[in-house]
Amino acid sequence: MTQTKPPAETESQEPVTPSVPFVRALLRNPTMVTFAVLLGIIAAFSILAPDTFTQRSNFVQLAQNVAILTVVSVGTTFVIITAGVDLSIPSGIVLGEVFAVHALQLIGTGGDTTAADVAADQTKGWYMLVALAGALLAGLIIGTINGLVVAYLKVPPLLATLGTLGAGLGAALILQNGVNTATYALDPLGHGSWIAAVPNLIPIALVVVVAGFILLHMAVFGRHTFAIGSNPEAARRAGINVERHLLKVYIIGGVSAGFAGFLSVAYFSTTSIGGHSTDNLQAITAVALGGTSLFGGVGSIIGTLIGVWIPAVLKNGFVITGVQPYWQDVAVGLVLIVAVWFDQLRRRTRNRG
Amino acid sequence: MTPVLGAYRVMKTFGHVRALRHASFEAFPGEVTALVGDNGAGKSTLTKVLSGVYSPDEGEVRIDGNPVRLSDPHDAKARGIETVYQDLALAPDLDAAGNVFLGRELRRFGILHNHPEMRRRTATAFRDLGVGLVQDMRAPVAEFSGGQKQSVAIARAAMWATKVIIMDEPTAALGVIQTAKVLELVERIRDKGIAVVFISHNLPQVLQVADRIEVLRLGARVARFRRGEADVDRLIAAISGAYANEESS
Repeated sequence: MTQTKPPAETESQEPVTPSVPFVRALLRNPTMVTFAVLLGIIAAFSILAPDTFTQRSNFVQLAQNVAILTVVSVGTTFVIITAGVDLSIPSGIVLGEVFAVHALQLIGTGGDTTAADVAADQTKGWYMLVALAGALLAGLIIGTINGLVVAYLKVPPLLATLGTLGAGLGAALILQNGVNTATYALDPLGHGSWIAAVPNLIPIALVVVVAGFILLHMAVFGRHTFAIGSNPEAARRAGINVERHLLKVYIIGGVSAGFAGFLSVAYFSTTSIGGHSTDNLQAITAVALGGTSLFGGVGSIIGTLIGVWIPAVLKNGFVITGVQPYWQDVAVGLVLIVAVWFDQLRRRTRNRG
Repeated sequence: MTPVLGAYRVMKTFGHVRALRHASFEAFPGEVTALVGDNGAGKSTLTKVLSGVYSPDEGEVRIDGNPVRLSDPHDAKARGIETVYQDLALAPDLDAAGNVFLGRELRRFGILHNHPEMRRRTATAFRDLGVGLVQDMRAPVAEFSGGQKQSVAIARAAMWATKVIIMDEPTAALGVIQTAKVLELVERIRDKGIAVVFISHNLPQVLQVADRIEVLRLGARVARFRRGEADVDRLIAAISGAYANEESS
């Protein structure tokens, strides 16, 4: 603090120099804060439980546990950067599961059985592709409805997606007559490991993360997503078709949920029409923890990835160290509030106009 | 010399309100043309006709002497006419280059944006225009001062305009020094051969920066001055209806 700096507020065209560069750098990049928090948590549990927590198998297990949440959180990142929100994720996931199973049931395997009934060692690659197509179709439907209602009917996203949350879950129950369907057709995917003894869900989630990173941070599409979240009128005047872009963003959200549903069936070998009910809140928590602003215009895929891991590591660490795992909910809640407060602080300090 | 942008006997009615009654306007390349008038004189409506937001009920808009129909602001942009709105229309979370190239991103492989190149070109253009932001090209424009934001908005227009830049009250919200910087920027853009249409209520400022002044009153042009022909008193007289040097119809 002994450096001599020109006063921050000058009337000149010189760039505004931060009075405390370190704080300014931190405020500009909230992802670094969250990353430090994650490293701190990992370090703490590594000290508390050096034999169990730090084992490779524990981290592989963790990565597998967060894979499905990671997939939906990537989609949710896009939605939240537009200053929107997608509460309908559980219905996207559950409908994805149901459509996947129904798609399998459309394939006859001779006799009375369908592809949904095959044993794990008798399934075929194209069965899985058909199930995938079904799951993605479900996500596409939910996402398209969300997008049309939000972008063109101008219904606030909170309520639009609350509507499709209820409607989608109801539709899933109707299609299933209220009972789950088990299938082992996707087992090679959900329980196999094609690459170096790493469970498949991990590389699959990684591919989604990389694709999301490229689309958000390197593609024109992502640039427009940030612009719309930042100032939709500026985007419109720059010639961007804001409505059509929002529709695409909600489709990304829906399709990521549908894909998560596909992975869920593969992993749990059954639909779970009563499950996933807090996946939307978990995804929003992860995205917000990762420094993506709920007011739109700011966010990152890397941040979301970190945000997915913080609650998972906490829970895992509490279980290993013998603390009641419910403390995870308390801790995550507090960290979330601090993260969002940080975002507010950041906005206030920079919007000096 | 042919006006690069002109409006001739334009009529525009909203319900019972006749915003423009045979209003005419001309802007020439390499000149700052100020458009002045009282509130309700039709400045804003005329500006929107020139920038393609409204199409006139009667009369015509000409670019380089050729009658055109501007279907929307993007059509006007495609013909080299850029507008700097009073609210600037910047995306505060993007950096300067992100804003300058918003909607016109340089691409790689069709879908990826080429940010380093956009940043480079923005820095070059800002340097040419004397906008001193080059050091802080990575910061989101939300961190800029009002004058810096205004400079980004004007420089963006200057980078894309091949013929005309329309500026709506570009100095309204700025302090003295920032205003001076923006006026310098306006002059540099003019010196590049662009026609600048400068809308302002600040008459001393108009007299300082404008090569020509056109006065609008009750939806029609009532007076035109070249640099040096007008002073504040005469402008006020024209704006208020006490003076006219043009046949109003």
